[in-house]
Amino acid sequence: MRELTFASAFAEAVREEMERDPSIFVLGTDIRIRGGHFGQLKDIGQTFGPKRVVDSPISEAAMVGLSLGAAMTGLRPICDLNFEDFYLGAMDEVVNQIAKVRYKFNGQFKCPLVIRASSGVARATGPQHSQMLEAWFAHVPGLIVVAPSTAEDAKGMLKTALRGDDPVIFSFHKMLGNMKGPVPDGDYTIPFGQAKVLRPGTDVTIATYSIMAPKSLQAAEELEKDGISAEVIDLRTIVPLDVKTVAESVKKTKRLVIAHEAYKFGGMGAEIAAQIGESVFDYLDAPILRVGSKHAVIPVSPVLQEQITPGKADVVEAVRAVMEGVAVR
Amino acid sequence: MSTNTQSAQLPNKHDVRSFDSEFVLDLLKEMLRIREFELRAEEQTLAGNVVGGVHLAIGHEAVAVGVMKALKSEDYVTGPHRGHHIVIAKGSDMKNIMAELMGKATGLSGGRGGSMHMADVETGLLGVNGIVGASIVVATGAAFSAKYLGQDRVAAAFFGDGGANKGQFHESLNMASILDLPAIYVCENNEFAVETAVSYSTGVDHIAERGSSYRIPGIIVDGLDVLDVYLAAKEARLRAVQESRPTLIEAKTYRFKGHSIGDKENYRTKEEVQERMKSDPIFKLKHQLEDAGWLNEEQWNEMKLDVENEVAAAVDFALRSPLPDAATALRHVYSKEVF
Repeated sequence: MRELTFASAFAEAVREEMERDPSIFVLGTDIRIRGGHFGQLKDIGQTFGPKRVVDSPISEAAMVGLSLGAAMTGLRPICDLNFEDFYLGAMDEVVNQIAKVRYKFNGQFKCPLVIRASSGVARATGPQHSQMLEAWFAHVPGLIVVAPSTAEDAKGMLKTALRGDDPVIFSFHKMLGNMKGPVPDGDYTIPFGQAKVLRPGTDVTIATYSIMAPKSLQAAEELEKDGISAEVIDLRTIVPLDVKTVAESVKKTKRLVIAHEAYKFGGMGAEIAAQIGESVFDYLDAPILRVGSKHAVIPVSPVLQEQITPGKADVVEAVRAVMEGVAVR
Repeated sequence: MSTNTQSAQLPNKHDVRSFDSEFVLDLLKEMLRIREFELRAEEQTLAGNVVGGVHLAIGHEAVAVGVMKALKSEDYVTGPHRGHHIVIAKGSDMKNIMAELMGKATGLSGGRGGSMHMADVETGLLGVNGIVGASIVVATGAAFSAKYLGQDRVAAAFFGDGGANKGQFHESLNMASILDLPAIYVCENNEFAVETAVSYSTGVDHIAERGSSYRIPGIIVDGLDVLDVYLAAKEARLRAVQESRPTLIEAKTYRFKGHSIGDKENYRTKEEVQERMKSDPIFKLKHQLEDAGWLNEEQWNEMKLDVENEVAAAVDFALRSPLPDAATALRHVYSKEVF
């Protein structure tokens, strides 16, 4: 199989789908020539021209609102907000408008649109360019929320998004962009709501997504040296959330650690832990532990940032704690 | 007391005799249909048969009717929370509108939306909206769509003077201007955003002036004169289809009733409202038609009876309609079942 970066697999999906479906267009800032702030859609502008790759002023409300109006009237927008933090300029459009349009009008309109933005912490991205807001979006009925961790999934899940009829929040972690992975040749899609076992194991389950998936795999390798066999599950989509796969794994391993970069407090880990507690509590031999960012603004200094955001070591520590059957602080 | 820029009793700008008599009579009847609907909606609300908040558009009839008569049926329309007149003028069946107010299964949105969230895919109504300013961006997207698909179609956004102070207004006008979109932005300036007067809330004398910031013609019309609204909207539609350029229309109207049913209206006097009601768009046009010899008392009574019967049938239909099936409460959150 070919090896592609996450970013080029994503861009390949955009290109292939735009060739297949003329109703797909891209709306974003600095998108046509530069390909977005991360070069995430480099060359798409040259290939498809200004009609289908539309440069937008920095007007997030109008970008998302326009995408909604276009989606309701026969088009399939890919709205590129560059940074996930920039959703905040369009939160009414996301929460009050696109998430509700199908329901409030009794299914009269479809809302097939994708909003892509780069999430998470990179070195020194700081307070307003580092956030992971998936728990906010997950709390709003009507939004599909995806956060893939591999190149293969990035391509396949974007294709699913562009062929579906729901609004999709596509979370693209900054540090995943250059990560390479195998990508199948030819056309394929990855369904939403199906977690993937990235690495089988028998002693502990690590449920994770996005950037913490590769970090959890590294943690599992380290733990293996100590004879601890960790099963790593990549949830891939936040909504729909495949807790069932996690529950099946927990029945086998009896222990669960949930790892995400977003804040631990009020994060998706709390939801997953609660659902596991509700469904397979009796199988647990240890408290469920969560790994996530500490509750602080993300600072720009890397020294401070590392104190707040989780890494491989935090996953290792949490796993060791549940293996001993006790909670860390 | 408001210091509005509009005199309560402007002389009629247009001679009805320069229009086709059937056309003007139809404008009158359309306005009357809306008025009667609103009066009965108020009655049904006070009787406890309506679920949810209701914002009456009494006084706004000429804006919706004037614009809609200038549009083609395939054109897209979005509206704000005060939107019954827009839904009616765009062509939805009053039966389903009244049923929606009562939260019935036969309602335009199946009882899911109520007064503030009605849409009709059949008429091109992309929804009235519970959020001030939100209608503006959605119409901008529909205008984008029409241009992208090469359709002879425009999109009109209705919003209030309150909406014109939201970022969505400015972002949309700028976006429509730079992208050359066939959009018509219709501000129904009724002088109050809930109870905050436009003279306090708005940093320009006329909202239409804001068009110039975006190289968009800003046109002020008498929103209590349906012919004035119609002519401006017709010109705006022509500009949209021929030049693919947006227009901002500010219709100076007045809200004859409170913000919503139950509003104590402490922000204005009864005398002010009574004075302004002398410019009632329906009676103004009625008198013009009588002066032209196109309408006599008998014809007026016949028109009124027709309209009363239609609205009474709508109320009856709504009252008799079934409630939604509780088992469908989770339907339509997503295209497929997710939870």
